[in-house]
Amino acid sequence: MNKNLNKIIGALFIPCLFLIGCGTDDTQTVARFNNLVAEDNFDIDGQIDTSFWNFDIGDGSEQGLPGWGNNELQFYTDRPENVTVENGFLLITAQEEDFNGAQYTSARLQTKGKIQQRYGRFEARIRLPFGQGMWPAFWLLGDDSDGSVWPQIGEIDIMENTGDAPTEIFGTVHGPGYSAASSISKTYTLENDRVDTGFHIYGIEWGPNYINYYVDDVLYYQITPEEVNEETDGEGEWVFNDREFYIILNLAVGGNLPGPPSEETVFPQTMVVDYVRVYESINTN
Amino acid sequence: MKMKNRKQINLKTIFSLTLVLVLLVGCERNLSDEAVFATFPNTADIFTDSPVSLTDEFFRSFDPALGANPEAFGTDDDVAFEGNSSIRIDVPAANDPNGSFVGGIFLDRGVGRDLTGYTALSFWAKGSVTATIGLVGFGTDFEENKFAVERQNIQLSTDWRKYIVPIPDPSKLIQERGMFIFSAGGLDIIDSVPNGNEIGFTFWIDELRFENLGTIAQLRPSIFSGEDLTEQGFVGSNRLINNLGATFNAPTGEDITVGVAPRYFDFSSSNTDVAFINELGSIEIVGEGTTTITGQLNGVLAEGSLSLEVLGSFVGADTPPARDPGDVISIFSDAYTSVNNLNFAVFNDPNVQVQTQNFNNDQIVTYDNLGFVGLGWDGTNDVSAMTHLHIDVQLSSPTSPALTVELIDFGANDADGGGDDTGGGFVVPNSELIEGTWVGIDIPINSFTQPTGGGFAGSPNLNNIARVALISNGSSFIVDNIYFYRE
Repeated sequence: MNKNLNKIIGALFIPCLFLIGCGTDDTQTVARFNNLVAEDNFDIDGQIDTSFWNFDIGDGSEQGLPGWGNNELQFYTDRPENVTVENGFLLITAQEEDFNGAQYTSARLQTKGKIQQRYGRFEARIRLPFGQGMWPAFWLLGDDSDGSVWPQIGEIDIMENTGDAPTEIFGTVHGPGYSAASSISKTYTLENDRVDTGFHIYGIEWGPNYINYYVDDVLYYQITPEEVNEETDGEGEWVFNDREFYIILNLAVGGNLPGPPSEETVFPQTMVVDYVRVYESINTN
Repeated sequence: MKMKNRKQINLKTIFSLTLVLVLLVGCERNLSDEAVFATFPNTADIFTDSPVSLTDEFFRSFDPALGANPEAFGTDDDVAFEGNSSIRIDVPAANDPNGSFVGGIFLDRGVGRDLTGYTALSFWAKGSVTATIGLVGFGTDFEENKFAVERQNIQLSTDWRKYIVPIPDPSKLIQERGMFIFSAGGLDIIDSVPNGNEIGFTFWIDELRFENLGTIAQLRPSIFSGEDLTEQGFVGSNRLINNLGATFNAPTGEDITVGVAPRYFDFSSSNTDVAFINELGSIEIVGEGTTTITGQLNGVLAEGSLSLEVLGSFVGADTPPARDPGDVISIFSDAYTSVNNLNFAVFNDPNVQVQTQNFNNDQIVTYDNLGFVGLGWDGTNDVSAMTHLHIDVQLSSPTSPALTVELIDFGANDADGGGDDTGGGFVVPNSELIEGTWVGIDIPINSFTQPTGGGFAGSPNLNNIARVALISNGSSFIVDNIYFYRE
């Protein structure tokens, strides 16, 4: 079903380009998120910029979320074996090793209290790992400093992938009435390409009452309050006009979604990030 | 925090998205303009609704003298994945008088194709039943088979499915004639043992072509099945680099492993004064010392290696004395007439490496990393009139050796099993096993008194001897001259 939909999108997209060319469609109002407000290009070897990033350490138990809420198998560390910068890239590496009771180690970085913003363009250029059990993600969580808890704070998963599906990524939102297993999500399949052989740009453009998901130059999904309404039979609440969100980059191993690694899974596996950029609109919305 | 369940959006939403797409993409679009300069045609198709630029005979069967059934191949104008025709293969039953399996190749009708722009052979297939096709691939031309690639045991569905055979290194295929190879035998739904009860079935192949798939990646080559081996070698001998493979990750996320001809690899020897390697993967041992043999495929280091220790030229065991033929029953010796069809490993543990070599017309057998191995041959032998079993062994591993020699007797029914089999072992004293030195061991025929690893009580009957077994602890041995004799 997913694949059929994507084929339809592909088929529609190409004729539209030729027909419309470079003209603008004056029936649409599109915000241009051209004002770069934060970026990490990972330019200094061996150093993670702690004015930008925090590390989440452990297996989630200390945060009250053993297995990070998904029965994930990794123990997150800030050791160079799991997270470092080399040759202008951030490397988040999943290792197979016995470590503090876990079978795997990896890393999770987030920008809570450092880089937070309501609305804007959030994008990262990433080459993903491969193999059963890999679960890399580039996502946003709402700031919970006012005491609100998930899913009220909202979650925007800009890019997730499971390593057993090397041609697919998916974008998702979670909020009250559409969280966890009933989140709202869409899969995008790369055309004759894979997520682990080269870099792709994964991003969203997020404004009042919409979130647009794109991969490279292809917009593949738009989520709006109407969409949430429809998906949840009117039960879901749009929580993406309320607060600032912060960025998370992580590589999970195992867990409810991808399932555990198999005998064929090759370790170590590395998620390679070229840059993370945050823009805001220069239009006055 | 992000348990998932993927939901779909509806078509209406998609349509509105396409309008937005145009605005986002704008005018910046660079089309790749790479030109391909091919010396030979780069025709991709092999079979669509008919053969594409193949030889007139289309299908060239394996040799019927070896059991291949050339009648089993044809086309079917009633079945097709696309278009109006497909290749139809009626796999014969095991007892088919025309041949018990079907297989062969398709050859390019010209001088060969340039396949450097492709990454895989692909086709669609379906079966009348969910049988397994033993072999599909390309690169076999019934001449040198220089760039043969074989994928084994693809499982059919009763609906059309797409199958992929990755090209290990497309840059090698500048002029390839071997477009396709397949082989299939009957379906065994009873016992999975090739014993003549396999039944026939039909499968169809369509849309057979080379493709430039961007969705196959993560090449992991291997030599020696990915094992790191350590062996002793001798100046003047050869050793083949075997069990060559390449594993890729398919677009479905599954791994596909293909067997690969040696010419795809670049082999290297860390010390060419000790050994060097030709393009066929044959290691020629030329001097004393140590060297490590490794391989690369398309720039990727292969898993698996061979560490060779070469101590010098091979020195054979002492030639056994001349004896009256009536005084000897020989299992393995160039000095006597031996049993027929000796199998150096009719049973064995999974880790032992068995290899035979010839030096000056004297064949020896090496058992590296020996757990257990059984030597078997045609028929059984009555050795009750003999007084001893002789065996020449040379220990070729350094530490704490162990060796037990066992005899197994098949009993009056002359067959494995049946309740009348007996066996027994003789433990060779460790002091007799000396690294690098031939030792002739003469075991009195009534000394095989120990219980065997296979569960026999010891002191076997001697009228129907069918196996000589060697049991060790992972030590390595060179063996020659196994025979019974009487004084």
